[in-house]
Amino acid sequence: MKTTNINFIGNRNIALIFSGVLSLISIISLATQGLHMGIDFTGGTLIEIGYQQPADLNALRQKLDVEGFESATVQNFGTAKDVLIRLKLQEGVSSADLSTQVLETINKDVAEPASLRRVEFVGPQVGDDLAQDGFLALLYSSLAILVYIAWRFEWKFSLGAIIATFHDVIVTLGLFSLLGLEFDLTVLAAVLALIGYSLNDTIVVYDRIREGFREFRDKSTEEIMNISVNVTLSRTIMTSLTVLLVLVSLFFLGGETIHNFALVLLFGVFFGTYSSIFIASPAALMLGVSPADLMIPVKDNSDIAHLP
Amino acid sequence: MQNHFPLWKNIVIILAFIISIIYSLPNLYGDDPSVQVSHAINKLTQSQANDIESMIKSTGVTVKTFEFKDGKTVARLTNTDDQMKVADLLHDKMGNDYTVALNLAPNTPAWLQNIGAQAMYLGLDLRGGVHFLLEVDMDAAVKQAEERYNDDLRLALREAKIHYQAVTKDNGFIKITLKSADDKTQLMALLSKEFRGLTVTEPESDEQIWLKVSETEVREIKKNAVAQNMTTLRNRVNELGVAEPVIQQQGENRIMVQLPGVQDTSRAKEILGTTATLEYHMADTEHDVQQAVSGHAPVGSKLYYEKNGSPILLDKRIIITGDQIVDSSSSSDDDGRPSVSISLNGIGAAKMGKLTQISIGKPMAVVFIEYKNETRIVNGQKVRHKEKVEKVISVATIQGVFSKRFQTTGLDSPQEARNLSLLLRAGALAAPVDIVEERTVGPSLGQDNINKGMMSFFVGFALVVLFMAVYYKLFGLIANMALAFNVVIVVAILSMLQATLTLPGIAGIILTVGMSVDANVLIFERIKEELNNGNTPQSSIFAGYEKAFGTIFDSHFTNLVVAVVLFAFGTGSVKGFAVTLIIGILSSMFTAITGTRMVINWIYGDKRVEKLSI
Repeated sequence: MKTTNINFIGNRNIALIFSGVLSLISIISLATQGLHMGIDFTGGTLIEIGYQQPADLNALRQKLDVEGFESATVQNFGTAKDVLIRLKLQEGVSSADLSTQVLETINKDVAEPASLRRVEFVGPQVGDDLAQDGFLALLYSSLAILVYIAWRFEWKFSLGAIIATFHDVIVTLGLFSLLGLEFDLTVLAAVLALIGYSLNDTIVVYDRIREGFREFRDKSTEEIMNISVNVTLSRTIMTSLTVLLVLVSLFFLGGETIHNFALVLLFGVFFGTYSSIFIASPAALMLGVSPADLMIPVKDNSDIAHLP
Repeated sequence: MQNHFPLWKNIVIILAFIISIIYSLPNLYGDDPSVQVSHAINKLTQSQANDIESMIKSTGVTVKTFEFKDGKTVARLTNTDDQMKVADLLHDKMGNDYTVALNLAPNTPAWLQNIGAQAMYLGLDLRGGVHFLLEVDMDAAVKQAEERYNDDLRLALREAKIHYQAVTKDNGFIKITLKSADDKTQLMALLSKEFRGLTVTEPESDEQIWLKVSETEVREIKKNAVAQNMTTLRNRVNELGVAEPVIQQQGENRIMVQLPGVQDTSRAKEILGTTATLEYHMADTEHDVQQAVSGHAPVGSKLYYEKNGSPILLDKRIIITGDQIVDSSSSSDDDGRPSVSISLNGIGAAKMGKLTQISIGKPMAVVFIEYKNETRIVNGQKVRHKEKVEKVISVATIQGVFSKRFQTTGLDSPQEARNLSLLLRAGALAAPVDIVEERTVGPSLGQDNINKGMMSFFVGFALVVLFMAVYYKLFGLIANMALAFNVVIVVAILSMLQATLTLPGIAGIILTVGMSVDANVLIFERIKEELNNGNTPQSSIFAGYEKAFGTIFDSHFTNLVVAVVLFAFGTGSVKGFAVTLIIGILSSMFTAITGTRMVINWIYGDKRVEKLSI
């Protein structure tokens, strides 16, 4: 790939408007529809069963209805032979024993009993704890990164990186909200991994901008940014492609349990790449980054840059 | 000289490579379904082992090997069906005191085992099994302690001949009302000598003393409640026949139990989740039962129902409780009826001895108490509800004076006797526990997850390798070597640490494959740039590595920060993801920077190069 010379920074308004609209849609969807939280956070019971033949979902629903599990949702999971049954925390029903009761109900008077593949029960308190831990993980990782970049670069870069990363997270969550996909612990883990990835991408660009500030004293900030984004462009795209390759493989072959995990990262890596090209640098520029900001940190950095 | 590594650097890299290969080897050998037999207390003898071996052989299944080591026998079989068959047989034949556990015995060769190389530890989502999170009810533990103090105080007062009007519990206080204020000094002496765990307050009334379980004692009670529960759970789990159970404290009041390979979750729940205890009460034969049924139970007695539904009045005073039971086993009594033999500790024996001396010929009842914990939603509010189920399981006439050892009869079936003795033998729980989380994975799903994980790994890996080779040519091939090396290191470190590999963990490795080429991409792009700027191949290689390092360091470091936070806050399978991500990021920096450099130096270093294959 030849080094390109696209005026990313000059045309930043197009990207900013596009991202602004996407973020707005995402925020509106998150505010009105919210996220479809999985039982990890809401508490409840989830039972996955498997049959030798395609399962008759209606018969299952009826059976559960009759036995008083009206709130159960029954759906296929991955294949027609696998069934996922979800139960909310129910009034007046003991929750720890629920899975046992449901399985007994399903396997009553049938020739071919379902084989139990998976049961997950999360009590209300544990659900609250997991949600809290998840929120704290998001908060602390953001803070840690803010501090690290502020220390290695400068606070405007730090803020710019966080803005770009938040953009990716919000848009990805927005898509999850719009599509009504389930948000559980593994998805949360994927969101955090996405934060790591998106930052990684942004920092590569920033690193180049810092170098440019040192190298081209006569050029404007905007010009230097444009050069930096362009010279790192092939790297940005290459790395994204390799990650996308493994994610596509994970998405199609990794099985149903890992589906949403891969999906978050697929969305995320796509937007992460986009934002590190179109958003991260303009954000830092609009925050008023100038070569003068990095005069002292540049010296600081030189001893690390020469380690083997 | 440019692009030349000193000898020591080459040696370190190659050594790291060899060690990683050796320690990742055990993962290639797989494991056999096996059945393990051990005794709860003693080691098995050679002749017992021989018996077990011949029993297994009598079933006609193919036994790969039969080992007898450290007082345990392990029979390796060819498939899981045989495994179940053998386990069922041994369960029936070996009886209560033996633990028959299903297990996967690794096929790691002896020389690898000798240097401590083990296969990765698979999480429950890959090997199948049950994960429980239990919560200890601390309030109940404290209440139980109050109850105990209450009873012990009365006993102590009587023994010390201090006359009292009443000992009552009131709002967390135990109030003692003496007959005469003159005894107060004597009482205070007794309290400071035998009841140090109680804080004494003196109200205005001269005859009264108010006592409260002290703060330090409460802390101690809570600590002990968790500790005792863990011990109890360990015993119970052993009785369930699990080869590698994990029992860990989590937070202040939760206990995590992982039972790999356990399929019968309802039985596991039954045994782990219920708190069963026994109370021995004297039957109240002086009052009319029918009157009690109509709502007028006499003071000091309480109405209970037997299993057949007939009402019975029992004296409220407890003779002994479950926590004074030290051992129990199921057997048959002289008439062949199922029974449970019980041994008591010193305090229990003394109490029982004293009582039976004066009560021969009188009926004594055993109340079986179960605390079932449920979370219900009442009016939209989550309410933890504890149900105390009390059943009189036997009423027997005291036949003679006994103290330390005796039998309880009146159980429905040998199965019930076994279950009861199992629960009792494990010791009564210090405080009720509540299952607050359960995650069960069936064996078929576990194997499915492994297969799918491996499949997506190989396909993803192949795609990246192909892509790199096409785009970067020779340099791409070198990056691919580093990539493979990176995976080997991750697997080796996971095996060495015996960190749990979960499905998200496999996803983490796959993600690492995609991301770890990033360092190489950065370096290679930089080299290309230097070449474009008209630099010589040698100096371009040199500058490419040098200039890319700072960027790689910064970008990988932030990634690492996120992974570490994820590790700190994640639980279970998410933690597994974080672990592989952390190891992957660190080792990829090593392989992608130092590893590729070594190979590139070998190929291009120290010679005239016109053109790079990049």
